[in-house]
Amino acid sequence: MCVRQRNRLHLEVAMIKFLLMVNKQGQTRLSKYYEKVDIGKRPALEADVVKGCLSRKKEQCSFVEYKDFKLVYRQYAALFIVVGISDTENELSIYELVHNFVEVLDKYFGHVSELDIMFNLDKVHIILDEMIQNGHIVETNRNRILAPLLALDKMAEAH
Amino acid sequence: MIRLLYPVHIFSCNLGSNPTALLAEALSTVLSPTFLSKYSIKIKHLMCLLNFLLSSLPPVMKEIMVRAIYCEMLGYQASVSYIHAIKLAQQGSVLEKRLGYLAVSLFLNESDEFLLLLVNTVLKDLQSTNLNEVCMALTAVSQMFPKDMIPAILPIVEEKLTHPKEVIRRKAVLALYKFYLIAPNQVQHIHSKFRKALCDKDPGVMTASLHIYLQLVKESPESYKDLTVSFVTILRQVVGGKLPMDFNYHSVPAPWLQIQLLRILAYLGKEDQGTSEMMYDVLEESLRRAEMNHNITYAILYECVKSIYTVYPKAELLEKAAKCIGNFVLSPKINLKYLGLKALTYVVAQDPNLALPHQMTIIECLDHSDIIIKRATLELLFRITNAQNVTVIVEKMLEFLRQSSNDYSTVDLVGKVAELAEKYPFIKQDPLNLCNGMQPDIPNNFLRLLAEGFDSVEEDRQLRLFAVDSYVLLLQGETASLPQCFLQVISWVLGEYAHLRPDQASDPGKVMRLLTRLLDQRHASAQTRRWILSALTKLCSSPVESSLFSDWPVRLTAVFRGVPQVDSSLSFLDGHVSEALAAGAAPYKPPHQRQEELAHEKALSLEPYGLSLPVSLSTCSITDRLTDRQSPTRLSISSSVSGNSTELSLKGGSTTLKLDGVKRVWGKEGYLVQQPKEVVEETPLPPTELPSPLGSFQSPVSQTQTASPGPEPDQERQQLASSLFVGVGTHHSVCLVRSTACQSLRSSGHFIIVCCVSSPQVSCVSGDLVEEVKGHSVATCQYAVVMMRASVDVELAGLVSYQRVPGQPRATPFSLRLSLKHFIRPLTVSTGEYGKMWLSFSHDVKQNLRLITAGDQSPLTATLDTLRDRLHLHVVDIIGSEGIVACRLLRGQPCLLHCRVHADSLAVWLRSPIPEFPDSLLYHCQKALAEA
Repeated sequence: MCVRQRNRLHLEVAMIKFLLMVNKQGQTRLSKYYEKVDIGKRPALEADVVKGCLSRKKEQCSFVEYKDFKLVYRQYAALFIVVGISDTENELSIYELVHNFVEVLDKYFGHVSELDIMFNLDKVHIILDEMIQNGHIVETNRNRILAPLLALDKMAEAH
Repeated sequence: MIRLLYPVHIFSCNLGSNPTALLAEALSTVLSPTFLSKYSIKIKHLMCLLNFLLSSLPPVMKEIMVRAIYCEMLGYQASVSYIHAIKLAQQGSVLEKRLGYLAVSLFLNESDEFLLLLVNTVLKDLQSTNLNEVCMALTAVSQMFPKDMIPAILPIVEEKLTHPKEVIRRKAVLALYKFYLIAPNQVQHIHSKFRKALCDKDPGVMTASLHIYLQLVKESPESYKDLTVSFVTILRQVVGGKLPMDFNYHSVPAPWLQIQLLRILAYLGKEDQGTSEMMYDVLEESLRRAEMNHNITYAILYECVKSIYTVYPKAELLEKAAKCIGNFVLSPKINLKYLGLKALTYVVAQDPNLALPHQMTIIECLDHSDIIIKRATLELLFRITNAQNVTVIVEKMLEFLRQSSNDYSTVDLVGKVAELAEKYPFIKQDPLNLCNGMQPDIPNNFLRLLAEGFDSVEEDRQLRLFAVDSYVLLLQGETASLPQCFLQVISWVLGEYAHLRPDQASDPGKVMRLLTRLLDQRHASAQTRRWILSALTKLCSSPVESSLFSDWPVRLTAVFRGVPQVDSSLSFLDGHVSEALAAGAAPYKPPHQRQEELAHEKALSLEPYGLSLPVSLSTCSITDRLTDRQSPTRLSISSSVSGNSTELSLKGGSTTLKLDGVKRVWGKEGYLVQQPKEVVEETPLPPTELPSPLGSFQSPVSQTQTASPGPEPDQERQQLASSLFVGVGTHHSVCLVRSTACQSLRSSGHFIIVCCVSSPQVSCVSGDLVEEVKGHSVATCQYAVVMMRASVDVELAGLVSYQRVPGQPRATPFSLRLSLKHFIRPLTVSTGEYGKMWLSFSHDVKQNLRLITAGDQSPLTATLDTLRDRLHLHVVDIIGSEGIVACRLLRGQPCLLHCRVHADSLAVWLRSPIPEFPDSLLYHCQKALAEA
C-alpha cells in the first residue's frame, strides 16, 4: 500500500497550497489559499505554520516538513513569506519564486515594507493573482505581472 | 450595539455636520488593520457594522471592502460582505470592479452558489470594449467559475484566443486551463486550439498553454508523443537565451518555464526509448548551461537531473547528472544539500552504487541537527536498503521516530520500516517498536508476522517472548499516551503469547492484572476494551487467583453498559451454529443437562470444571463473540469455545480439540498422564497398526516418562488441563492453524492426548507441553508419520497401550482425521523456476473453478488470495488474466497451478510429479472456494 501511495504522489502535479505573509509577532499580513481551507481553521493553521518557521535558526534549511506537505519560507526583515507546497514541488524554485514576488513588490512600491502590504492589501493580491493561479506559477516576467495593475492605477489617476 | 465600540461612540456624538462622511471615517478607523489586531472585537458586532457600512455608504464601499477582506484574513467570517462584493464587481467603476472580483475570489469557494450571481457580470465584462475589464473578467474566470455555467461563456473565451493583445490571449488560455481542470470534457473539442496557443508567437501565451499540456501529458503521455519535438525545440530556444530579456530572472532565461518544460519531457520520455532519445541532447544542454552559481540554476539542475533519471536511461547522461548532484551534496549551503539528498534518492533508485561517492556526506547528514535533512537522508537510505544494511538503517529510522513529533512523517516512516520488516524478515525486534503505527494495515501485518512466524520455531518463540516482555514493561508504565490501535495489538499479543513468559507459571495473574487495569482506564475505547476482554478470555484458560475475578460481575456489567445493543439471544451466531450442526457437531445442551450427564460418569469426578470453567467460558465467549462481530479490523478474532466443545470436554469422553498456536510440527505425539502411580517403568509402546493404508510409522523419536508420587487433588489436574489448553480456546484467522487434529482420551484417571501437529521439526512439541505439566507424572512419546501418497483425507487410527501397574497392560484406541490441507505448504519459487518445473511434471488435471468476487479486487486476485489463505498456497505471479500458484507437500513434492480467467470461471491446470496430488488438491480448492 505504501508503495502504491508513493507512486500516486509522483504522478500528482506539483502545486502550491497557500502563500502567507507573516510578521515576526506571528500576525498574518496576507494569506492566499489555493486549496480549500475553512476560514475557521485558517488562524490555527497559520499559527502552526508560523510557529514551525519562526522557531528555526538562520543556518537551518529554508524548507520544513509540515503534515503531509512542505513549507518553504524566506525572511525579509521582520516579514516572513511562507509557501505551502505539495511533496513533488521543487522547493528551491519556490524559494526563488518568493524572491521574485518580493522583487515585483519592490518595483511597484519602491522599497516595500510591511506597512505597504498592510495598507495596500488589494494591490498585493492583484499582483499575486498575476503570478500564481490555481496553485501554479503562471507568470514570472516582472513587467507583465505589473502591467494590469499599472493600467488600473493610470485610470485612477485620470479620474 | 455600536455604542459598544469605543471610538464610534465618540464620533456618534457629533454626527451633526456630515454624518455619513464622519461615520465612514470612524468606522474605517475601527476596521483598520492596526485597530483590528489591537482590540479583540466581538465578531457579531463587527459584522453588523460591516453590513451597515456596505449597504449604506456606497462612496466608501471600496475602502470598506478592503477592510472586509482583512477581517476574513484574520479569521472572522465576513459573510455579510459577500453579496456586496458581487455587487461591487457588477456595478462599480473599473477600479471597484477589480476589487469586487478580487473580494469574490478571496471570499467564495468553487462550490458557492453566490458564484452564479457573478456569471452575468463576467459575461458582460468579457464583451466589454475596455481591455481592463476583459482582462479582469478572464482573471476571475481562471480562478473560479461555476462548472455548470461554462458553456455560457466558453465561446467568448475561445474567441479571445485570437485576440490581438497577448495579455488577453494568455488569460484566455489560462481560463481554458481552469475549465479543463474542473470539467475536462467541456473543452475536449478545442484541443487543436491549445496547439495553436503552444505555437503562439508570444512566449507568455506559449507558457500559459504548457499548464494544460503538463496536465494532458501526465494523464495520457501516448497521445502527445508527437509534440516531443516541439517541447524540445522550445526548451532549446529558452536555454539558448532566445527569449526577450525581461523574461530573465537574475540573468537566467525564464527558469520556471524551463522547469515546466523539463517536467513535461520527463512524463513523455518515461519508459519510452524512442521519445527519450529525442530529448537527450537538450537535457544535456540544460545540464551544461546551468553553470551559474545561483539558487535558481540549482533549481533547474535538480529538475533536469530528475528528468534524466525519469526518462529512458542513457548511461553517459546518467553519469553526468550524478556528477552534477555531487556539487549539491557537497555544498555548504544547507538548502542545496537538502535538494542534493532529494535528487540522490532518484539517482540511487537507478543504481545504488552511485551513492557510494557520497557515503561520508550521507553519514554526516544522518546526524544533522536539522530534522528535515535527517528525514531526507533516511528517505535516501530507504532506497538503498539491502539485506546487509537493513538492520542499521531501520535502527536509524527508529531513532528518528523516537524524536519525531510530526504525525505524518511518523506514519510514513513507520510504513517504511514495516515494509522493510516484511521484505527482510530477519529483523526480529524492530516491528515491535512500530508501536505508534497508525495505518491500520501495519498492526495487522505485524500480528500476522508474529503469528505466522519465521522458519525457525525457536526464533518465533523468542520474538513472541520479546513482544510479550516489552509490552508487559510498557503496561507497567503510563498507558494513557498509547494509541488505541497499539493497545489492541498489545492485548492480542499478551492474550496469545503471555504463556511464553518464564514467570507466567509462578505469577500467572500478573499479565491479567495489567490488562484489567487497562480495562478500567478511561482512555480505552470500546473497541480496545473488546480486545482486552478477548485477551483476558484467553488468559482465563490458565489458573489465576480467584480474587482477581471477585469483582468481575460488576466489571463486566460496567463494560457491557458501554456496548450498545447487546444481542443477548446471540442470534448472529445462528448461521454458525447451523453450519456446525450440519457438520455433525452435537447440539447445545444447557448446563443443568450437562450436570445430569456428568452424574452418570462415575469413574471421574470433575467438579472443578463444573465450578470454574463454565463460568469463565460462558461469560468470556460472549465478549469474544462481540469482538468478532464488531471489530472492523481485518484481523478477526473468533473463538472456538462454543457450547459444544464445552459440553464435550465436560462429558469427559473423547474430545476433538484444536491445538492452535502450537509448533508447526508434523508428527505424532502420544501423551500419557499416569496418576496414582508409584513406579516408573520404561514401557515401550508397540507400534500400533493403522487401518489407514496411507500412513506408515517410523520408529519412535523419543520416549520419556516421568512420575510424581501420590495422588493429586483435582485442583492440580485442572491446572494441568488448563496449561495444556493454553491458547486452545481461541483460534485466529491469522493462519495459525498449521496443525491439526487432536484427540484427548480419558480412561480411568488418565489423560491421553493424541496430537497431530505438522512441521518439518518434531522435537519441539514435547518441550513446551511437558514443561507445563512438570510435577505430574507425564510420559511423552513421539512418532513421525509420513504421508507417502497424497489423498483428500486421511484417517489416522491407532491404539495407545500402556501399563499402569506392571503386568496389567491397557490399551485405548484413538482415531484422527487429517486433511491434505494440513500437509500443504507454500512453495516459494520464481516465475522462471516455475516455468522449468512446469515442463518437467507429468501428472496433470484441468478443471474449471468458480471465481470469487470480493470488494474492489479483481476476481482473479480475490480467488487466488482465498486459495492462498485457506490452503497455504504461494501465489507466484499474476499477469493480466492469468495467475500461477505453487505449493508442496511437507516433504518436498510440489504441485503447480496455472489459473486463467475464462468467461466467469477460473480454468485451473494442475501439474505435479505425484499422480494423486493434483486431484486431491483440486478437491480442496473447490471446497475452499465453496466455503469462501
